[in-house]
Amino acid sequence: MNSNLAQNIECLETDGAPLIVNMGPSHPAFHGALRTQVYLDGETIVKAKSEIGYLHRCFEKHSENSCYQNVIPYTDRLNYVSSLMNNVGYCKAVEDLMGVVVPDRAIIVRVLICELSRVIDHLVCVGTNLVDLGALTNFWYTFNVREKVYDFIEKISGARLTYSYTRIGGLSRDLYSGYEKDLKILISEMRQAIRDVKGLVLKNRIFLDRTRDVCVVSKKQALDWGFTGPCLRASGVPFDLRKAEPYYYYETFDFDIPVGEVGDTYDRIMVRFEEMDQSLHIMEQCIARMPKGPIMTDDKRVRLPAKQEVYTNIEALMNHFKIVMHGIKPPKGEIYSRTEVANGELGFYLISDGSMNPYRLKVRPPCFYMFAAFEHMIKGYMIADAVATLGSLNVVVGESDR
Amino acid sequence: MENFITNMIAQCSWLQSLPKWVVVFGFQIFFSVLILFAFVAIFAMLAGYVERRVAGRIQSRIGPNRVGPQGILQSLADGIKVFLKEDVVPTAADPILFRIAPYFVFVGMFLAFVAIPFSAQWVISDFNLGIFYLLACEALVVIGIVMSGWASNNKWSLIGGMRSAAQIVSYEVPVSLTILMIVLWCGTMDIQQIILSQGPMPWHWHVFQNPFLFIGFFIFFIGSLAEGNRMPFDMPEAESELVSGYNTEYSGFRFIIFFFAEFANLYLIGAIVTILFLGGWQAGVLPEFFVSIFGAENPWIVALIKNFTQLFVFQAKALVLVFVIIQLRWTLPRVRVDQLMALCWKYLVPISFVNLLAISFWVVFVPEIGTKITAGVMTTFGAIIFIYFFYRVYWQLKFSKAKIRMNPFS
Repeated sequence: MNSNLAQNIECLETDGAPLIVNMGPSHPAFHGALRTQVYLDGETIVKAKSEIGYLHRCFEKHSENSCYQNVIPYTDRLNYVSSLMNNVGYCKAVEDLMGVVVPDRAIIVRVLICELSRVIDHLVCVGTNLVDLGALTNFWYTFNVREKVYDFIEKISGARLTYSYTRIGGLSRDLYSGYEKDLKILISEMRQAIRDVKGLVLKNRIFLDRTRDVCVVSKKQALDWGFTGPCLRASGVPFDLRKAEPYYYYETFDFDIPVGEVGDTYDRIMVRFEEMDQSLHIMEQCIARMPKGPIMTDDKRVRLPAKQEVYTNIEALMNHFKIVMHGIKPPKGEIYSRTEVANGELGFYLISDGSMNPYRLKVRPPCFYMFAAFEHMIKGYMIADAVATLGSLNVVVGESDR
Repeated sequence: MENFITNMIAQCSWLQSLPKWVVVFGFQIFFSVLILFAFVAIFAMLAGYVERRVAGRIQSRIGPNRVGPQGILQSLADGIKVFLKEDVVPTAADPILFRIAPYFVFVGMFLAFVAIPFSAQWVISDFNLGIFYLLACEALVVIGIVMSGWASNNKWSLIGGMRSAAQIVSYEVPVSLTILMIVLWCGTMDIQQIILSQGPMPWHWHVFQNPFLFIGFFIFFIGSLAEGNRMPFDMPEAESELVSGYNTEYSGFRFIIFFFAEFANLYLIGAIVTILFLGGWQAGVLPEFFVSIFGAENPWIVALIKNFTQLFVFQAKALVLVFVIIQLRWTLPRVRVDQLMALCWKYLVPISFVNLLAISFWVVFVPEIGTKITAGVMTTFGAIIFIYFFYRVYWQLKFSKAKIRMNPFS
């Protein structure tokens, strides 16, 4: 706590006017370890101060001391709700820096898993947001199907939460044969879950009263505060990196970007609902156009040679030795690579000095900017509104604190 | 009872030293409390179990099913567990108020049971101000909640207590006005008389007597939910906003007393609504029918069968309402505090006033035959609404396609 804040508290305490309460770091509605100190007049928030850092794990410093492949498991812990997208984002940054060409099949699988994790991320966000509003039942409707998605991802990656599925230059393993059948069932189940939850909330007067015109973020404010993703689109700015700056053949997929009108909590929730439908549509297209071929690039700088080659060929043996012992060495340079994850723009700013470790890896998490704006957004609203809004912003602390 | 007490006095020497009326009175109170306590305790346990089980079904999971057959003893197990916990009193709390607050809540709930008639004869105390007494008991609960919120020395608890005070005091107004309507309609405050002025069939019930009582029924039901801090009006507890409200700091036995009171209150809501609007224990020809089936001659047995039948009718109505309340809890989101107050003061209170005026005019000007006609019409109307409601729910579940306020950007 800085001295300024302490002074404020002192004068407020002596005035006896507002009631100061800490929301978080352990509060049922503040998922993760967030903290906002709110000054209450009755139940209205007159002032708020946010604080982060309760889940700081030195991700960036860790990365500077690990070789490029070893950073991939760390990225799982950024946004642990949809880790696959972080894997993809980081690998894309390194590949762009090195100019590695990823084969088509790997790209389409990456799109597929990205959209899958976008859906489960939104499911968690919507489910927990509705729990914050008091509608507890929706939580199970969203989490039941999320559990099934975990089963599917476990089948393709071997893990349920921290997948580390991608590799620099491709994927760790191919999809299993017959995955289409499982995935199609899964898609219909997800559709059903979304329909169930929509059925419970869309025409619910209490839900509409609680969310409409609550914590409105105008277009200008959203842009000023650096919002990206669903929260920016809810404010009416049709900005989506998948359309604005297409990567991974996103320009060839058929999907729409839902845009809200007002920028209130209702729009943020509805944009997420609509995005889930769009993502499911993209996943169906992925299944339809899944190309055959390798899942790993044949670029010798990043790819381990085949075992047969290693045992029989001195070139391959040396290549293998260099990658395992000295790691991947991108050329000197720097790159800012960004992808559209569930919460918005996830950027990796990577500086390489030509050694086996990144010189600097800076993450631009989408949540950080939204939580920074949170204290301004809730001013003048009530505690219940603050709780509803934080849920709709979907701040994942693992990502914003790193 | 008389013989039993005489025997007891003859057996125990220390009872002989007391005046006889003290002994009789003491025994009556003792047994009444014993029976009531057993009833409330068992009901609270079963309600806790049913609530969790229904919640499980609604949320597509199973719910407690391990302790006892189908998990029916789960509440007992939980009770024992909580019983064994340490009774923590926070250092900064006000020790006396903190300790006695749960009892205020519990006593308020418990006292209300004294005036609830479970059948024509089975009522602890049938006195001429019964309905007024019920209101007074409900109001006692708020003292306990505010006390616990204040004494916990926790800001969240305090907010919860304050919310509760505001909420219960506000909703007392529409609820009381609605009760006043019934009092005007029946011309009595005696609960048994109120029940007797209705009849066994739906068209005899107060709810279908005229349109104003029909509206009053819903006002009373909503108001009772709010007074009892049930979803969607569980402001004082609001676990996602206020952590857990006024009972955050409580543990062990004191905590379970709060829970007890909550479930007892759940039943009370159902029972009072049944008494006022749904004909109470009136069972029509059913008691006679059962008596003839069993061929009972002994007047004790006849009375027992009649009372039991009435008890079952009463419980069935009350428990259906309890079930509705449980379902509401797991379906609806929570309203916000200001919306809660707006609902009360902007809608329910004015409507209740208009209702009260209208019912006064009705009582004075509308002849008996007019009431009979409206009762018939309203019952049909009620039945249609009931059927339409289920049709709507079915339709909503099957075919509804929701509209979204959204411009898909392409």
